[in-house]
Amino acid sequence: MQNLGIQVLFQGTNFLRLLEGLWVSLRLAVVSMALSIVLGIFLGMLMNSKRKWVKAVCRIYLEIVRIMPQLVLLFLVYFGAAKHLGINLSGEVSAVLVFTFWGTAEMGDLVRSALISIPKHQYESGYALGMTEKQVFFRIIIPQTIRRLLPSMMNLLTRMIKTTSLVVLIGVVEVVKVGKQMIDASRFTTPSAAFWVYGMIFLLYFAVCFPFSRAAAVLERKLRD
Amino acid sequence: MDIEFIRENIPFYVEAAFLTARLALIGILLSAGIGFVCCIIRELRIPVLRQITAVYIELSRNTPLLVQLFFLYFGLPRIGIVLSSEACAIIGLAFLGGSYMAEAFRSGLEAVPQIQTEAGMSLGMKRMQIFFHIILPQAVATSVPVFCANVIFLIKETSVFSAVALTDLVFVAKDLIGISYRTDEALLMLVAAYLLLLLPVSVLCSFIERRVRYAEFGNTGIVSGN
Repeated sequence: MQNLGIQVLFQGTNFLRLLEGLWVSLRLAVVSMALSIVLGIFLGMLMNSKRKWVKAVCRIYLEIVRIMPQLVLLFLVYFGAAKHLGINLSGEVSAVLVFTFWGTAEMGDLVRSALISIPKHQYESGYALGMTEKQVFFRIIIPQTIRRLLPSMMNLLTRMIKTTSLVVLIGVVEVVKVGKQMIDASRFTTPSAAFWVYGMIFLLYFAVCFPFSRAAAVLERKLRD
Repeated sequence: MDIEFIRENIPFYVEAAFLTARLALIGILLSAGIGFVCCIIRELRIPVLRQITAVYIELSRNTPLLVQLFFLYFGLPRIGIVLSSEACAIIGLAFLGGSYMAEAFRSGLEAVPQIQTEAGMSLGMKRMQIFFHIILPQAVATSVPVFCANVIFLIKETSVFSAVALTDLVFVAKDLIGISYRTDEALLMLVAAYLLLLLPVSVLCSFIERRVRYAEFGNTGIVSGN
């Protein structure tokens, strides 16, 4: 009986259900990432603002996000919003809110450091060629910034995917929850199901994140040369 | 906001904070050790072990801690390996942190210019001597900022320990919400507890970072800013 536990994964539509569960977390990650990229670019530009108070506000925002565990933020939104704002946010909506809040800060910091890593003479040569400020920004600075941003953005995406696994703790039915259901359903027929199901989820996460982190590493090496 | 309620329940949070801090400390020390060993194995190109560490690093970096913990806590007992929740938490954290620390040390090693190795060789030093006397001290200094970031990251990651039935801060907060329905007070204390735990670490980290920047003096060709 013991070594037949792996069958649980392939009984009926079990494997398909796991993949569907994984898709739920991936969708959350992708939506939050897309929002974070857009908002993060603006934040990154704000962070380089010359105004002191704008910088200070951004700094505080970033520090808060850096210090608070994402799970705590999730709890704040999920349990707090229902009470104070009187709206009953579903787990998925609060997850997108929290991960966007977090991702925007991280993305903003990446954009900020990418922007200041562009040497000043790039701007100056642009102006010397008679380009307008807009032209310099869009034709010279942005293309170089994107090149520098890509690897760290991919790393952020894998972090986002990994962090979305937390949503099971606020009651979203995703891959871990589906796995739990499977284990409970086969508690008496295959006691060793937990090993195989959690092992499979582990490998599934790996299969999703590995290509991105590999690609990030390759891009990073390419950039250096 | 009910001050009396907060005062009554502070002891639970204090206890939980100590648990979190203790597990985090052990986990971080272990992961620094693992990371260091992995890094040395990679750097000295020890066959077989090198491939194993490469697989380990990729596995641990590309999976969430929560899933690792579930596997350790619910999965392994099914094949006869029963671990207490504390052991699971520490092993999980060390498993996750080890690879992050290894990467931190590696980035430090890579930042040491080739010329340092060559200088050592021309002085007639052995490979081991060069590594331990010349490269390593410089690498440690440059990897400190990443190391500090990892420490904060790992302490934050401990917040998922409640999933394996440890009474950490999140567990206490969730319990209080369930028992008394006092969401505000419970969440406020949760946030305050993490702030008290992490702010000193964060301040200390930026202080160390600033000190360490002197160590790079004259070493790095990379100019920060523009």
